Amino acid sequence: MKKRLFSLVLCAALLCGVCALPASAAGRTIQLDETISVSADYDWTRFAGKNITLNVYNWGEYISNGADESPDVVALFEKLTGIAVNYTTFDSNETMYAKIKSGAASYDVIFPSEYMVAKMIDEGMLAELDLANIPNFALLDEQYTNQDYDPGNRHCVPYMWCTTGIIYNTTMVNNAPTAWADLWSAEYAGNILMFNNSRDAFAIAAHKMGQSINPTTTEEVALAIEELKTQKSLVQAYVMDEIFDKMEGGEAAVGVYYSGDAITMTTDNPDLAWVFPQEGVTLSIDNMCIPASSANREAAEMFINFMCEVDVGVANCEYIGYSTPSTAVWENLSDELKYSSIAYPGDEVMDKAQLFTSLSDEINEALDIQWSEMKSYNEGGNAYMMLLLLLSGVTLAGFNIWRKVRKKIRATY
Amino acid sequence: MTLNNKKLAAPYLVWMVLFTIVPLAIVVYYAFTDDAGNFTLDNLARAGGYSSVFARSLMLALVATVICLVLAFPVGYFLSRLRVNKQRIMQMLIMMPMWMNFLLRTYAWMGLLSVNGPINTILGFFGIGPFTMLNTSGAVVLGMVYNYIPYMILPLYTSMTKIDASIVEAAEDLGANLFQTLVRVLIPMSVPGICTGITMVFVPAVSTFAISRMLGGGSNLLIGDLIEMQFLGNSYNLNVGSAMSLVLMVIVLLCMSFTSSFDEEEMEGAV
Amino acid sequence: MKTKHYRLMQRTYMVLFFCFMYLPIAYMMIFSFNESKGYALFTGFTLKWYKSLFTNSTILNALWLSLQIALFSAIIATIMGTMAAIGISSMGRKSRLLVTNLTYLPVVNPEIITGISLMLLFVAYQKFAAGEGWLAEMLPDQIMGFPTLLIAHIAFNVPYVIFNVLPKLRQMDIRLYEAALDLGCTPRQAFFKVVLPEISPAVVSSFLICLTYSIDDFMISYFNSGTRETLPLQIYSMTRKKVSPEIYALSTIMFCIILTIILVSNAWDTHTYKKNQIKN
Repeated sequence: MKKRLFSLVLCAALLCGVCALPASAAGRTIQLDETISVSADYDWTRFAGKNITLNVYNWGEYISNGADESPDVVALFEKLTGIAVNYTTFDSNETMYAKIKSGAASYDVIFPSEYMVAKMIDEGMLAELDLANIPNFALLDEQYTNQDYDPGNRHCVPYMWCTTGIIYNTTMVNNAPTAWADLWSAEYAGNILMFNNSRDAFAIAAHKMGQSINPTTTEEVALAIEELKTQKSLVQAYVMDEIFDKMEGGEAAVGVYYSGDAITMTTDNPDLAWVFPQEGVTLSIDNMCIPASSANREAAEMFINFMCEVDVGVANCEYIGYSTPSTAVWENLSDELKYSSIAYPGDEVMDKAQLFTSLSDEINEALDIQWSEMKSYNEGGNAYMMLLLLLSGVTLAGFNIWRKVRKKIRATY
Repeated sequence: MTLNNKKLAAPYLVWMVLFTIVPLAIVVYYAFTDDAGNFTLDNLARAGGYSSVFARSLMLALVATVICLVLAFPVGYFLSRLRVNKQRIMQMLIMMPMWMNFLLRTYAWMGLLSVNGPINTILGFFGIGPFTMLNTSGAVVLGMVYNYIPYMILPLYTSMTKIDASIVEAAEDLGANLFQTLVRVLIPMSVPGICTGITMVFVPAVSTFAISRMLGGGSNLLIGDLIEMQFLGNSYNLNVGSAMSLVLMVIVLLCMSFTSSFDEEEMEGAV
Repeated sequence: MKTKHYRLMQRTYMVLFFCFMYLPIAYMMIFSFNESKGYALFTGFTLKWYKSLFTNSTILNALWLSLQIALFSAIIATIMGTMAAIGISSMGRKSRLLVTNLTYLPVVNPEIITGISLMLLFVAYQKFAAGEGWLAEMLPDQIMGFPTLLIAHIAFNVPYVIFNVLPKLRQMDIRLYEAALDLGCTPRQAFFKVVLPEISPAVVSSFLICLTYSIDDFMISYFNSGTRETLPLQIYSMTRKKVSPEIYALSTIMFCIILTIILVSNAWDTHTYKKNQIKN
């Protein structure tokens, strides 16, 4: 996902950060580079020289990574602790889940969203955290800790949160969209970008129909998918992070995505605007967890603690545009981001926000099958396609028979 | 007496059993069992639920194969009629794009085909367009044709170099027109090349997932996408994924049975 | 008249065809020098993407891993494949047919199936190794990553070696080998002095084929890479995010390297060819 803001803004933010530091950080600090310092009360170097490699699996574009003059926080972590980090990315919760569940890879730190945390806890895939090793947990806002999906935060530490909404190009639309239902309007035909993951796309249909975004029966699933089917002919593409280029480059007029990324996009291309649809939005909280298979739990906890450091959090927020669950980080943000109505919307939006919960296996499967079917479904084109398929099959068979007959005739001479 | 060295094949035989046969056996095992390891036909039935995707990807792959054949046939023929040193250069020119990673080439097409991309910009100068080219099944077919056409040209070319120029001349002298020469002489004589070419294009085209994902806008799913999604994607289910793979294998086998005989000599030519 | 027309048609067709083949490559080369990130307008010349490419440690790490895997897998596959080819050629007709057909399996099988079947095998192995029993205790239980990539690459490379070397072996005059034995060579000497020089062109070319297949492979690595990323995998994850002209810069460099290799090898070939002609 996600990205940076202007480096100018960043510099301003960092100045603020530096000024605010003496007040917020009670003890001594270690200066890592011009902009980032971390608490010296934590033993960062206890794994130095032990040849440990942490496998970190994060969303794409979801960390301050050194591009566009942002600080490279992973490199700073490596420098500080002497722990090597192998950093790779995924593009949906389900992909990450599949990779770990199948055993195709084992990671030390992962970043699942709330409903995936619940599912993974249920299946025993997450290790219990020792919060004593993550003292920066105390910096987090109570609003985002101790949630239903993980009471007491025994398995996860919130990283960022965001909402979903509509981003649109003001130069390409006559009437700005205001509701999810507008995505079904023929006005934007061929110019709509939808989520390419079943949960988020389902949620849009559910919001529109006034249903819960967490279906409990297969009928609910079928109804919403039917709704998505009627929308399909208007949709240009189903995308995830590809949306950045498509929206910024003016390839599409209307898109749905996460609020954090919308901040990046509207900064890069001022023609773009964001709206919270009136039916209500999906709130998601992404968390840092340690898979049960991890062999370096304590080092992983150190990484999580590092990510919760105020300066690191500020750098990440400024780069990716997502909303922070940490009050201390929020206080140190640049004014532009701090008072952004996209990142921190008012109560009228948050009151109507719904959170995903984990679905039962049966519902998950129904959702998945119908979602794939919806994506490959073509209005009106089916009979024609099957006919062509049959014809080419017959041609192939005919060709084959013709060859064999010829061979036989030749052989008789 | 022959080279009496059968033992030398032993490491490979062990390897082949371990890393070719056993994995395929595991796929079959997964396809017919559930989570607990009990026999079930459920997975196949569930894979059948995606039959529209199967039909669609067979269709797209077939269309791509036919277009490849039509486009590649003249290229192969012209190539085989050139002087030998020129043939080498041309062959290299055809192979050269293949040396670049196919993801990069497909990625370039993404830029080329986009609404604000170079092709639409140039068309715009003539007052046509812009056209929506990206994110359509046409774009997926284009990606397949572009990526796999060398696999069609090379076997065609190889079998056409074996056609004696005098045969074509004889046909012309005896009054055959271009079409007749094509149908009665050239095509029948390049059947082995056509067959190899068809399999070499069809098999990767029907099973790709990267091309459809990059050029198809996420809504033109192919069998490859489905299988990938079951293993490392959105809809995690190894058993159903294995069942789908089994179906794909059968399709490929069927296609192979049409186009090539399992003859030792011919196989070596194909590789 | 007819032939002239025909010639013209032929020329036009070939030119159009090559335009089609080289269009994306030209596009990437041009836009690797583009100032802005957009993909429609060329706003100005810059070399900054090349610079940032060479400081991008993820890409360089991925390249390094790709090269390692390619080299090791090509060496092992070539040795094992050549041995296997010699072994197979001395088998009886029936067993030879069986083995070659089985070897053919990974070649005709869609790559995605080779990929997932190996993944299932490795996963099954890990489950076994993580379990109980003296054997499981001895085995390492986390193999996903370098080892699985290496095994997978060898697995899809070996058949190509075998099918390259087998025809050469068949062409070889078996009497040469027998003569060497009659003249007092041990079978080992006979192999290294007579057989190997005879088949060495095929062995070398299969080694090169293995190298290129391995560097280029995406599908099979995708399922068996664990937490590691080879260059194609890195490219894939880059294409899933924001467009970065670094990718274009990377492809331009790769294309130029390949072009030089091909031109040099071609010049070398013509050179030796001429030399031989003079000799004769």
